[in-house]
Amino acid sequence: MTDTSIDRLEDLRDRPSLWRRLRSFMRKQPLGTAGAAVVLLYIIMAAFAPWVQPFDPLQNSYEFQFVPPGWPFLMGTDEWGRDIFSRVIAGSRTALLVGFSCAFVGATTGLVLGVGSAYFGGRIDLIFQRIIDIFMAFPLIVMALSLVSISRAYQVSAENSVYFVIIAITIPFIPRCARVVRASALAIREIPFIDAARANGFSDTRIILRHMVPNVMAPYLIMITAFVGEAILLEASLSFLGLGLQDPLPAWGLMLRNAQEFIRSEPWIAIWPGVAISLGVFGFNLFGDAVRDALDPRLRSQ
Amino acid sequence: MWQYIIKRLFLMIPTVIGAAVIIFILPRLMPGDICELRYAESSNYSLEQVNLCRQTLGLNDPVLVQFGEFLWGIVTFNFGDSMWTGRPIIHEIGLRFELSLQVAIMATIVSVAIAIPLGTLSAVYQNTWIDYIVRGVSIAGIAMPSFWLGILIILALLTVSEAMTGTRWSPPIEYVPIWEDPLYNLSMLIWPALATGYRYSAVSTRMTRSSLLEVLREDYVRTARAKGLMEKLIINRHALKNALLPVITIIGMEFAFLMGGLVVTEQVFNLNGLGRLLVQAVTQKDYTMTQAIVMIIVLVFVFCNIVVDILYAWLDPRIRYS
Repeated sequence: MTDTSIDRLEDLRDRPSLWRRLRSFMRKQPLGTAGAAVVLLYIIMAAFAPWVQPFDPLQNSYEFQFVPPGWPFLMGTDEWGRDIFSRVIAGSRTALLVGFSCAFVGATTGLVLGVGSAYFGGRIDLIFQRIIDIFMAFPLIVMALSLVSISRAYQVSAENSVYFVIIAITIPFIPRCARVVRASALAIREIPFIDAARANGFSDTRIILRHMVPNVMAPYLIMITAFVGEAILLEASLSFLGLGLQDPLPAWGLMLRNAQEFIRSEPWIAIWPGVAISLGVFGFNLFGDAVRDALDPRLRSQ
Repeated sequence: MWQYIIKRLFLMIPTVIGAAVIIFILPRLMPGDICELRYAESSNYSLEQVNLCRQTLGLNDPVLVQFGEFLWGIVTFNFGDSMWTGRPIIHEIGLRFELSLQVAIMATIVSVAIAIPLGTLSAVYQNTWIDYIVRGVSIAGIAMPSFWLGILIILALLTVSEAMTGTRWSPPIEYVPIWEDPLYNLSMLIWPALATGYRYSAVSTRMTRSSLLEVLREDYVRTARAKGLMEKLIINRHALKNALLPVITIIGMEFAFLMGGLVVTEQVFNLNGLGRLLVQAVTQKDYTMTQAIVMIIVLVFVFCNIVVDILYAWLDPRIRYS
């Protein structure tokens, strides 16, 4: 008994440094590292957008309508004479804002609800499962449409419309994460240390937050990384349908919506925002896959 | 088995009722109604006109009466008339449902045809360049928004047709059922099916790969190898059969999503499907139409879930539901 605990201690002491773990991650997961590089690039692009973009993304200029890609407009200009390259860069801010906030809020709410449902069990769990079923079956588009019509009725400005989009995308994430987390939490609940905690007289909140939540971090992190890319895609789809962000905000989906009209004559308008979406989501997914491989004990041993 | 099916059918009821409550309340929470919307366009209208309109559409009835009528409509599968056009909803939905169903089925076929061979290749040649390419292709499928893929397909069709024939060809817009003019029908619907099918194949490709990898480590596969069976035979006859079980779940769920989730693709390819009708109904505040379409989508979803679970039990004798 004593031997094993000393072994454990030494294990802890020998834990490799962050840098070494990072290097071993890079060696084992070349695709994941490439994904992380893309993610990093997008974060830098979003953070320094005002300094990186060569032109004002909102500036209309009628003498430069529909200029094909070249110099100085690297990706050409759109129907209002706005520089597409600058708009693609500026769009990364919106995309990442939506991506990160939806993923974080949705997954975290789902985490707490899922663990709670598994912990309390019984009737609460049963009712909770039915509510999840309802939300899983309900089409996202109706939620988005309702929120859009509310935001229009109260004349929400274009900048604030992004929060309505975030809500519409976050709501369906909650039950999905809750379901996955609940499945792992059900197994954790059966381990004796939860009974021990209860015997110690700890409150339900404390047991859930301090004892169960840390043990379901792996599925939670996997869901979060998967959600970021998905949220970016959903935002683009909603904006493409005219249900998301509003012009003149630079958003990739919105740019593609406007480009549809000109696809026959000015195809370049429809190319670059799509490349930006796809590359970004590609990066997030590669990175998320690597995180899953690193965290999922079933895959780790292989 | 029968007991399990009946139990599942009963468990479906609270989900359907819950969804019905939400879709009944949600549109009514939004400011304004169909009558205000209809008269808002004409400059001079009286309050009486709006009231009369509400009276005839039943919007002045007590909310519980309206809800009761709606629920009764679900039970008898008679959703009544559209508030906007006044025609029976079943007629309005008919052709559009057919179109959406056909695209969903075709997209599922495309997705299976891509996913299972690619996923198998990727698992058999794990960690070789074949595996890397397949994984790259499938992650790219998830990353590309289907509407952008749609735009690219249209662009490609325009360019290729111009290069080959000199005139620009794009898919037809008017829907004709497949049994009337199969060639015309397919030339219209194959493109959206390809765009969505490729996208949805990504998840099932990855599922096929990981589940086949798991199965290939099982003892019985080792036994088969020890017997000296050909690798091809082991994979096709022994491993793939068991590995495809979780893939069936994914495909079933995707099909359910496709029925309601095609709005974006319909928009790109200018198809008059269920998704666009739903968007139109919600914007026009056509409550009866919105309710009917959402309930159809929910029912298809719930039903697919049950079918998948039953199929699972049927295919895998180890699973016994109690």
